[in-house]
Amino acid sequence: MITPTHYMVLSAALFMIGVIGVMVRRNIIIIFMSIELILNAVNINLIAFSAQLHDVIGQVFAIFVIAVAAAEAAVGLGIILAFYRNKETVNIDEMNLMRW
Amino acid sequence: MIDTLIIPLLKIAVVLNATLVGVTYMVLLERKVIAWAQSRLGPMRVGPYGVLQPVADAIKLMIKEDITPVRADKWVFTIAPIISMVPALIVYAVIPFGETANIFGHPVNLYIAKINVGLLYVVSVASVGVYGIILAGWSSNSKYPLLASLRASAQLISYEVAVTLTLVSVIMVAGTLDLVEIVKAQEAKGLWFIFVQPVAFVLVLIGGLAETNRAPFDLPEAEQELTGGFHTEYSGMRFALFFLAEYANMIVVSSVVTTLFLGGWLAPFPTILPFLTIVPGWVWFLLKSFLFLYLFIWIRATLPRYRYDQLMRLGWKVLIPLAIANLVVTGIVRVIVLTWLKP
Amino acid sequence: MAEAVAFYVLSAFILGFAVLVVSAKNTVHSVLFLVLNFLFVAALYVLLGAEFVAVIQVLVYAGGIVVLYLFVVMLVNLKRPPEAHHDPHRRTRLGFGLAAAVLVELGAIAAYGAVTPTVPIAAPVGPMTGNTEQVGWLLYTSYLIPFEIASMLLLVAMIGAIVLAKREL
Repeated sequence: MITPTHYMVLSAALFMIGVIGVMVRRNIIIIFMSIELILNAVNINLIAFSAQLHDVIGQVFAIFVIAVAAAEAAVGLGIILAFYRNKETVNIDEMNLMRW
Repeated sequence: MIDTLIIPLLKIAVVLNATLVGVTYMVLLERKVIAWAQSRLGPMRVGPYGVLQPVADAIKLMIKEDITPVRADKWVFTIAPIISMVPALIVYAVIPFGETANIFGHPVNLYIAKINVGLLYVVSVASVGVYGIILAGWSSNSKYPLLASLRASAQLISYEVAVTLTLVSVIMVAGTLDLVEIVKAQEAKGLWFIFVQPVAFVLVLIGGLAETNRAPFDLPEAEQELTGGFHTEYSGMRFALFFLAEYANMIVVSSVVTTLFLGGWLAPFPTILPFLTIVPGWVWFLLKSFLFLYLFIWIRATLPRYRYDQLMRLGWKVLIPLAIANLVVTGIVRVIVLTWLKP
Repeated sequence: MAEAVAFYVLSAFILGFAVLVVSAKNTVHSVLFLVLNFLFVAALYVLLGAEFVAVIQVLVYAGGIVVLYLFVVMLVNLKRPPEAHHDPHRRTRLGFGLAAAVLVELGAIAAYGAVTPTVPIAAPVGPMTGNTEQVGWLLYTSYLIPFEIASMLLLVAMIGAIVLAKREL
């Protein structure tokens, strides 16, 4: 009843909500959280197809995605904190130190 | 229909009620035990020997005025105690109180759910419980609760790492993540895991004390520090929820340590003293959990409080290396046992 | 039948909370909606039979990464009054335009999926060792090198985060 197409549509919708979040919001922490939504959408797709094809490799890949997301969140938030200490802002429109 | 819907609902009702009553009477137990440790008697006025004291406490907390600070985030302020309480209660879905019992001629499993990843479920639910503390401090919109909640959550996530690493070595010995199967593995081995993994037992006990914000790790909520910790701005029933959540967490840690290390529902020495198996399994489980609860209260009455930097140093520089060393040694011994001693 | 109901309910919650993450004015509320989103995604993984990944999702994502986000949000918002916690510069019209385009595309995919028959996700065949054992077997034998590289990546990220967030080196 629930075909992989259903899971693909859900994953695509979640992916696009994440992309819209990255493009629309100006607060950099919300942008990072939208990136996590994108990674979750990818994970849903991987696990749905792992269930369809009865191959556990999809879940192994999803675990690696989660590990990489954890590493990226840690480093990204460290960068945000370091930047905030210098410029007192989290609005990415004002993060233009390297602009011409 | 009966097996899949009615019986689990009844089990949930029984377990929830027993937990909530137990948590309420833990308050009385703690006051009594600490009083006896200090050569005094504790609550004696309400009811015979103070037995009705929790009822008086509950009535008092329920009729107290419910204050919400101005400019506090109203929704988050309300939800934070609930987020603290819920994980402590839903862990009971996987804890096995016994194997099978015949109730009115119907065989009933004495656990609510048997999931393959039971132990990981316990750990992950405990890690969601951190949110209650963080959000309580944040939503109070006040300096001292915010600092206290940051400290408390830093303590919790540090000791979570140590406890999870230690549990991996227990999983290695048991060969499964399922709590029911872990108890059966102890039955098959004939030895409780406290004898097979003594270092892990001590580490989980210390980590469990720190995870539940119990003395000597109760700096974040002590009255002398930071004006009362992360629940300063809470009053009435919400304050009660935080305290009940702490005691519920304590009972959960006792139950999990009993299941993992002390053999759950198994009677001690089943081959030497077979008459002990007449006592049903869940009675043994409750006795062993009660032993750990008494130990926690005893430790609170005896040991002084750790300072925050000593606490963090203990978690990161002592417990985590010990947990990793225990993991390595367990792995080596398992490989030796599996390849040489059992061809 | 029950699986279909569960799937639709879970996806409604997942997409609803995702939209709330992106559009909430208060950043702390955004973070809380993100936690709820991850918890419902973990429930979806259980529906798909991947219970190990589900508990890992709750343990690592909802219980670790989002706690990190919450800490940073609280530290950043520490000095500002509560009224400054919102975002007056967001490009709302661009968001609506993109959402409309995506909805049209998704409708096209769903219509295509309804016309051409696809195989539903069947229950697994054959003897099943537990999900955790299968994942662990693959992770430690065929994919050991990516596993080791991932652990080095996490170590490097940990050191990097400490160096970046220190007050003075």
